[in-house]
Amino acid sequence: MSMRSLACGLVLVATVGCARAAVVETPNLGRPATPAQIAGWDISVGPDGAGLPPGSGTAVKGAAVYEQKCQACHGAKGAGQPNDRLVGGQGTLAGATPVRTIGSYWPYSSTVFDYVRRAMPYIQPQSLTNDEVYALAAYLLNLNGIIGENDELDARTLPKVKMPNQDNFIRMYPARGR
Amino acid sequence: MDKRVASVSRRRFLGRAASLLAATGLLARGADEVAAAEPPEVPPWMKAPGAGFSPYGAPSKYESKVTRTLMRSQPGTTGSGAIRTPLEALEGTITPSGLHFERSHSGVPEIDPDQHRLLIHGMVKRPLIFTIDALLRYPMVSRVHFLECSGNSQLMYQPAPPNLTAGQTHGLVSCSDWTGVPLRLLLEEAGVDRGGEWILAEGADAAAMSRSIPMAKAIDDAILALFQNGERLRPENGYPLRLFLPGWEGNMSVKWLRRLKVVAAPIMTKDETSRYTDLQADGKSLMFTYPMEVKSVITQPSHGMTLKGAGLYQMSGIAWSGNGTIKKVELSTDGGATWRDAALTTPVLPRALTRFRLPWRWDGGAAILKSRATDDAGGVQPERARFIAEHGSNAVFHYNAIAAWSVAPNGEVKHVYA
Repeated sequence: MSMRSLACGLVLVATVGCARAAVVETPNLGRPATPAQIAGWDISVGPDGAGLPPGSGTAVKGAAVYEQKCQACHGAKGAGQPNDRLVGGQGTLAGATPVRTIGSYWPYSSTVFDYVRRAMPYIQPQSLTNDEVYALAAYLLNLNGIIGENDELDARTLPKVKMPNQDNFIRMYPARGR
Repeated sequence: MDKRVASVSRRRFLGRAASLLAATGLLARGADEVAAAEPPEVPPWMKAPGAGFSPYGAPSKYESKVTRTLMRSQPGTTGSGAIRTPLEALEGTITPSGLHFERSHSGVPEIDPDQHRLLIHGMVKRPLIFTIDALLRYPMVSRVHFLECSGNSQLMYQPAPPNLTAGQTHGLVSCSDWTGVPLRLLLEEAGVDRGGEWILAEGADAAAMSRSIPMAKAIDDAILALFQNGERLRPENGYPLRLFLPGWEGNMSVKWLRRLKVVAAPIMTKDETSRYTDLQADGKSLMFTYPMEVKSVITQPSHGMTLKGAGLYQMSGIAWSGNGTIKKVELSTDGGATWRDAALTTPVLPRALTRFRLPWRWDGGAAILKSRATDDAGGVQPERARFIAEHGSNAVFHYNAIAAWSVAPNGEVKHVYA
């Protein structure tokens, strides 16, 4: 039993103040995780750039990676087909046929790095080097007109790239439902 | 899903609809009635011993058409998409595990439970690793809850009715008895640091599918589910371990859970930004729309069935709300001009499918059937016209408007917008 639940348990005798943390004795079977173990699994990157690894890339370098590893599914220069379109669509979101792409819709540049690293290419996820992921992120942002083709993305510069649609999202939590 | 793809899917469905409906009992009985084992004949299955025991039971071969319906997988993939529960062929409130809907982003991983690990780290005092064997020793809870993909009924955003069965339009909802360890217990063991307001939950599939979960929900009623309907989770529902967040959009209940990272703010993963956000008519998008809103659908009778002449029928369907407990389901047979309260099958549980029923004497004329659910949080299921006026038709997720089935004098039941 943790100290916190123990403390609550003692209080519970006389009050319902800790009702949410009702006393449950647990076997405490979690083994300590080492920093090396955590580093091997922690692939998430937040919008502030926390979690971005060393490495860097530009759109020019990313074009070559894209043609080799992404184009078969996402089309030349991110035009889409057979799978998701990645480029264009800016200005269409309020129309009858909105086109949702990285450039028109995605609110955070960090998500491009996070998602490509964890899930792409579809048939070989987590196979790209960090330099390749930075280069692909740069290429996709450049195709969308958000950065220049020689702009270098790394852990410092990537989170500073503001996406065009970022301010058009309304957070519905913690307000309930919609 | 864009509209082009939807129309392709719709055509694909039509061929399948007839065979699926043969299983529902509302189609006219055919030749099999002629050959029935009626008295005085003694049926052949009484004249010889039956089959032996089976190590794991399966439905009757006569029910083999009751299957999940695949919409589509992403081009070039077999496991990136969704497959739906055949709601019109089921009764009661518990979905058989083999018919529970399935939404996967990169296939179903085959995970050896002895090799699987859950890592809890980030803003905690003690980063911890748990084996499945260890988790099985923790105190557990069992809860009956629905799970609904937030993309359920998305085809009904389209301007024309999609001409599909209740399962094909609404079958991304299912309901099970989930058993597992309250997440709160493991968070207490790890010791959450002050300021740890969110948890990044990540699956061990090839998409490493991930969502940011508010700490308040994690503490309140989140379950680390190990069992579904009494047996260990099915692979397509997260074996050996999934997160389960009662009432909230399905993809947040991350399957094949391998990692929980306590963080100060949302990670803004692909599936909480690019997907599972709701584009409104004005071009703005709603984000973090977590609870699934109050909703219902009539399953008997429903689209694709044929009533066999005027007379008494039992209308039946399901209602649910991610915001609480179903308080009332009203049924209309005149397109919403008048309403009657349906009977709710007890027990009526919070954030669970609720079965409603009402006898209906069909006079043989044209009718339009509707169901309207109300929950105890004050939510009332809206009419479609009002819903579309409020949200537009560019969204993909969180469609919860009233569904209407028309009944023609020849008995044919069809999905309509009315």
